[in-house]
Amino acid sequence: MFYYRVSRWAGNALIYALLIAICIFMLFPFLWMIITSLKYADEIFHIPMILIPAHPDLHAYTYIIKQYHIFNITWNTFMIAIIGTGLSLFFCSLGGYAFAKFKFPGQGPLFSFLLGTMVIPAAVTLVPVFLIMRDLKWIDTILPLVIPGAANAFGIFFMRQYISTISDDIMDAARMDGAGEFTIYWRIIVPIIAPGLTSLGLIFFMGGWNAILGPLIYLKTQSHFTLPLIIRSMTSTVGRSMFDNQMAASVISIIPLLIIFLIFQRRLMEGIAAGAVKG
Amino acid sequence: MLAVPRSEKRIAKKLSAKPSRGLWARIVKARWPYLFIAPFYISFLVFGLYSTLFSFYLSFVEWKGLGPMKFVGLKNFAMLFKDKVFIQSMENGFLLFFMYVPLMTFLALVLAVILNSKRVRGFKLFRTIIFMPYIMNIAAAGFSFRLLLDQKYGPVNVFLGNFFHISPIPWLEDIWWARVSLCLLIIWVWLGYNMVIMLAGLQTIPGELTEAAMIDGANPAQSFFYVTIPLMRPVILFSVVLSLMGSFALFNEVFILTVPAGGPMNATITPFVDIFNQAFGNNRFGYASAMAYAYFVILFVLTLIQVRYFGQRVD
Repeated sequence: MFYYRVSRWAGNALIYALLIAICIFMLFPFLWMIITSLKYADEIFHIPMILIPAHPDLHAYTYIIKQYHIFNITWNTFMIAIIGTGLSLFFCSLGGYAFAKFKFPGQGPLFSFLLGTMVIPAAVTLVPVFLIMRDLKWIDTILPLVIPGAANAFGIFFMRQYISTISDDIMDAARMDGAGEFTIYWRIIVPIIAPGLTSLGLIFFMGGWNAILGPLIYLKTQSHFTLPLIIRSMTSTVGRSMFDNQMAASVISIIPLLIIFLIFQRRLMEGIAAGAVKG
Repeated sequence: MLAVPRSEKRIAKKLSAKPSRGLWARIVKARWPYLFIAPFYISFLVFGLYSTLFSFYLSFVEWKGLGPMKFVGLKNFAMLFKDKVFIQSMENGFLLFFMYVPLMTFLALVLAVILNSKRVRGFKLFRTIIFMPYIMNIAAAGFSFRLLLDQKYGPVNVFLGNFFHISPIPWLEDIWWARVSLCLLIIWVWLGYNMVIMLAGLQTIPGELTEAAMIDGANPAQSFFYVTIPLMRPVILFSVVLSLMGSFALFNEVFILTVPAGGPMNATITPFVDIFNQAFGNNRFGYASAMAYAYFVILFVLTLIQVRYFGQRVD
């Protein structure tokens, strides 16, 4: 019994040591980002290293607000993420609803085909899609960032799985009352699937907010940039001197998502688990 | 045999014709679901199918994006086999996979089992912290890592030097250390994601099984290796397969962390980064398309292998 208790205590100690070590690994980059954003350039590159700056202040934040119009940039990022999310949720839930609750000729092959399209890697369509956008004169607008992904296979698959679990009775009752098909979707289905829409919406919103590749290809004017792009642009030529500004912009870029995450984390994790385990 | 009367023939004809008329009726009746799924197929026609075919055509031409295209036959593909950077990028896909996936998958599973066991207090706090990096944009994370791993001023080297007297590690300057640094960033971002998948998988395993093993005298390590891992096999395999695809499609992490993107000396370049560089750095649209197709074929073969394995495991 004594041996058992000692080994259990040692086991627990080991488990907590592992968890705490991993948490430090996870949190330190955030912490260092905040510390660096409060330092001056000569404190960032100082020997010996300065852990806590002597006179921390928000100079980097005021600088990027004035010089980089960081609030406009944040607004751009938000608009791209929210418009993309809204369009995707609408088209994906509509498609998912059709596959889950209707019987129609060709349903099976059409759905297999939809899943099959996920095999095509983004690298293959990268250049032609860019050329299409160029011909449409959509370069430097948000359209290439929100239109091609609006009705996407993953989202339709996700919503189909989610909608299959709800019962047909309410829809049948509404149909008896003479409600139109779109009305049934909009007034009855959408409210019921709100939790699923939240999960999927969080995944889409996060993707839009954090995107690098799309904005990098399509956004040319600095006033149209998103937060990840502006963060990246802060090193290109000047080199090391911009790290305080860069980290300040990084802090600003993660705060909104962090708040959303802390409120909705359960839904986000559910969404990831549903997309993965059922897939 | 008796001759079939004409009238009956007509009826038979009518009957055989019925399905096609019925099909049309069914299609008309089902106009709503068709309308609901139409946006995907229209969008796929333009951005998926047309692009995939046009990309195939482009792989046979030399083109800078403007002016006339020059048809060159298989020249792009021939160049591919001699392109050291492209070959290196393919090797890196596998290399990175073997460097970070075993460690990350094992850690994700161990953490999921620990957090699922209700043995530790603060389950939610730990889960939140481990998952948190996943929501952060790689631009912010990557530059923060660059600062942390700076050879001269980075706190990691300062810490290692002060406490363990390790001479400064060239985290981003050396070929192998750059790969290690990239793997650290990938694990930092993706560990929580994989842990959440594992946690969801564990919830489908009845708790009685591990309890029964414990009652039969198995220690926690034994029950982990002999009960949990076999039961979790499909989920583990799923997570490994995702990571395999992910290793070849890596872009953000490489693009931000390494200097120059994919460096030093192409040690961390991935197929996706290489294709991006050729297309948008050098405007070699034809060559980039040929690369993309070669990459597609390799990914497709990997997918087929994976589907075969999956099929066997799920049964």
